Amino acid sequence: MSTTTVPPPVFDLLSRVTGDEKHDPSAHSTLDVVWVLYDQVLDVAPDRIDDPDRDRFLLSKGHGPASTYAVLAAKGFFPATWLDDVAGWDSRLGHHPDRTLVPGIEIGSGSLGHGFPLAVGTALGLRLRGSMARVVVLVGDAELDEGSNAEAIAIAGRFGLDRLTCVVVDNRSDNHGWPGGIGARFAVEGWVTADVDGHDHAALRTALGRTDPERPTVVVARTVAEEAAA
Amino acid sequence: MIRPTMRERFYAELGPLLDDEPRTAVVLAVIGASMLGDASARHPERVIDVGIREQAMVGVAGGLALTGIRPIVHTYAPFLVERAYEQVKLDLGHQDVGAVLVSTGASYDASTAGRTHQAPADVALLSALPGWTVHVPGHADELVRMLRRAARTDDRAYVRMSTQQNAQAYPADGLLHLIRGGAHTRPLVVAVGPMLDTVVEATHDLPVRVAYTATPHPFDARGLRTLVGPAPVVAVVEPYLEGTSAAAVSAALADRPSRVAYVGVPRDAELRRYGSPKDHAAAHGLDAAGIHARVKELVR
Repeated sequence: MSTTTVPPPVFDLLSRVTGDEKHDPSAHSTLDVVWVLYDQVLDVAPDRIDDPDRDRFLLSKGHGPASTYAVLAAKGFFPATWLDDVAGWDSRLGHHPDRTLVPGIEIGSGSLGHGFPLAVGTALGLRLRGSMARVVVLVGDAELDEGSNAEAIAIAGRFGLDRLTCVVVDNRSDNHGWPGGIGARFAVEGWVTADVDGHDHAALRTALGRTDPERPTVVVARTVAEEAAA
Repeated sequence: MIRPTMRERFYAELGPLLDDEPRTAVVLAVIGASMLGDASARHPERVIDVGIREQAMVGVAGGLALTGIRPIVHTYAPFLVERAYEQVKLDLGHQDVGAVLVSTGASYDASTAGRTHQAPADVALLSALPGWTVHVPGHADELVRMLRRAARTDDRAYVRMSTQQNAQAYPADGLLHLIRGGAHTRPLVVAVGPMLDTVVEATHDLPVRVAYTATPHPFDARGLRTLVGPAPVVAVVEPYLEGTSAAAVSAALADRPSRVAYVGVPRDAELRRYGSPKDHAAAHGLDAAGIHARVKELVR
């Protein structure tokens, strides 16, 4: 079922994730992207979390996992009751996710700049294994400041990782800006680029659903915060 | 006859290893790439050179491992362990996946290159992370056996190559081996990896026994306890940061009154000199004369 907005029950789930208000903006700015991915784009399901040919979603920007948790709960990867005690002693859900604790979470992340190179390696590994599975990695615009991400952009472009998509959720929170725009930074390294309204589900679905036969794809998703600043 | 170096054997072994173990892939950051023409030609998709990008090299290895590939990651020790330390911690350990990290440039092997190419703290750093096995081969044959075995597992393994080698190879089984016996009450000198021949030379006139390990982490605690008896007097001669083995050895001997000396690369100063590895060994007290003096204090 395709929707144009995140269904109210998912917001209800998101509201159950409390205790990390510092990171609320970064978590909520990603909700539309993550919902569209799991609802309309990715080929993965709770009963296939170990299928070697499942599509992968890697949350590189792991300091804002609330929306990912809410979407995974909505899609049945784990019980919604898990959302009520995030970062508690008995909770499997922390303020940064741990792949060994949460069904459907592909990487432990939160220290920025790690998920993107992991995604490049995952895409290389799937290609080596002859799998057609896709890898979608979500990074923040400020996270792109990390040098490891600059390394990942170059390698993925040069290796022509056609099954890799990087979604940059641009809430314009980086310190020094990206002259020429974020997309230009990827384009010069050989990526296919798309620039969309990060809350427009139809636009997100189109951009995230598209791959190029020879090149990786970046989708820059502008958010409300970014538009307010513009 | 000139024996091949560990590094030469390592590069020569990678082609056959890729042939025999279809899960493996070699991940490089330029270093070594020019030596792998043959392996690379046979397995172009499985020899991955990311350019001079050590953080991404380890991150890519973690991603490969997440898909069931067995990455063998190689460059100079300081770039592999120190520059990419958070990647080693997070992209491998925290993801609960493994890799075989193979370094070159042990401690002061790159004496002429200066500090930028030296990392005597590498074993201490790897030992500070959960789940790693650290191999310090003393001979190229040991290196090949360790590499082959590690390539067939999913464990986290660090293999530290050196330009220094012993004349003879010993079993690469992770255990402590008694090289020179004697009365059970005699102090025990443990030589790690390439230190063995120097230790044997340094102690030939001293009333000590000599044991050898090529896998100092995890340390063979049971073997040590068996060899040293109820009142242990031990010297550990390690070719890296002095005292790296201290936590493991003191844990192994916690229930006995013991006296232990650690002989390794000093912690307190950066040696701002070039010269040969032999010069550095002498300056650090890791040549036969230096080791003799330290062990003599112990047997007094």
